[in-house]
Amino acid sequence: MRRKITIFIIVTICFLLQVTLFQTLSFASISPNLLIIVVSAFGFMRGKKEGLFVGFFCGLLLDIFGGGLPGFYAMIYMYIGYLNGFFRKLFYPEDLKLPLLLIAGSSLGCNFCIYVLLFLFRSRFQIQYYFMHIMLPELVYTMVVTILLYPLILKINERLELIEKRSAGKFV
Amino acid sequence: MKRKSKFALPPKYILLIMTGVCLVAMMTFFTMGISGGPLQTVAGYVFIPMQRGINTVGRFVTEKADNLKSLSEVMAENEELKRQVDELTVELNTIHLEQYELENLRELLALDQKYPSYEKVAANVIGTNGNNWFNSFTINKGSNDGIDVDMNVIAGSGLVGIVTSVGPNYATVTAIINDNTQVGGTVSTTSDNLIVSGSLQTMNEDMVIRFSNLRDAEDEVAVGDPVVTSHISDRYQQGILIGYISSIRNDSNHLTKSGTITPAVDFEHIEEVLVILEKKQVVEE
Repeated sequence: MRRKITIFIIVTICFLLQVTLFQTLSFASISPNLLIIVVSAFGFMRGKKEGLFVGFFCGLLLDIFGGGLPGFYAMIYMYIGYLNGFFRKLFYPEDLKLPLLLIAGSSLGCNFCIYVLLFLFRSRFQIQYYFMHIMLPELVYTMVVTILLYPLILKINERLELIEKRSAGKFV
Repeated sequence: MKRKSKFALPPKYILLIMTGVCLVAMMTFFTMGISGGPLQTVAGYVFIPMQRGINTVGRFVTEKADNLKSLSEVMAENEELKRQVDELTVELNTIHLEQYELENLRELLALDQKYPSYEKVAANVIGTNGNNWFNSFTINKGSNDGIDVDMNVIAGSGLVGIVTSVGPNYATVTAIINDNTQVGGTVSTTSDNLIVSGSLQTMNEDMVIRFSNLRDAEDEVAVGDPVVTSHISDRYQQGILIGYISSIRNDSNHLTKSGTITPAVDFEHIEEVLVILEKKQVVEE
């Protein structure tokens, strides 16, 4: 329960920052994707199941307030969380390379899905343009934010795991 | 501490079930036009107050930053504005005369009801949709204030977009510059119809949007002509300014023309909008 509430608070804060503050702090009308950091991080830190649910919840928020097709982002983010869960076995808290790589991959993957499903199918074929002007800047900006945000999420998760371990130990 | 249940569903089945849920949600939206419902209500009451709070703080900070704008800049602007006032005064006088004439003519024709002043409600923009692909935003008024889906949204004198989803205390507005939005427009000087379509690419490059299907055999439409919403559009009220034509070129079929329009609204800095509380009347089938 404690974990659920904590994740809910993290997601809420990141969502609110993403739709308000970071839109104002955008460079060349590109703003970072904080939610993809959260989804990806919980995916590889906690495994497929948790990544899946965190992704679904984040996507649902974007769907509700985005006014688009309901369930669309929920599905994309859910799959991203799930796929990140496969890397849990390779994940060590001390290692920063893998998380950065995975978050970068998630950001690109997410944008690529959006491009293919919502732009390519409407015959917007200039993938090079969209890659250079939307996907790449967003990736760079997201990575910069990751360096600040990811250690925070990691700390919170470690703390949660410690508390969980302690309270589980009481029953033995 | 909750007791762990013996039976735990493997993640891949959960994924399958949730995928099904998402697909069903999308299908119901496509077939019946239902989206969210109670979910929107709950989310609205949880997140909208927080967004409002952040925005209040943000606006305060921006105001303070704006106050620090250098004096010389303001003085230069003042000069410019004074010049503009002179120009506009002259223009206004002419318009007054024309208005007088127009009123007379309207009285003659009993056309009073043709352009009613719409009832509007003012709202603040409190958040965007949070991605870089589409241009839609959240406003702080919803169905409690009489806002409904398909109502037109304006800012200043120009068309901003249309309400696409609504909760009790918020509404989502999709802008006309959105990549998948199309609006039926009319060139107000010649009454030629055209289709205005938003475009991410041209908006990013030159701050313009595209138009197409303009039939103008006599080459009467020129750069700078205002484009307003058309009377044949079934979702947009007639006569709202969309923008000004910034370039025209002939299509390869030599029958129609296409080009670009500079929107009348500054989409980078929208803070306050007006929602027209009247929907375009359409004939039900």
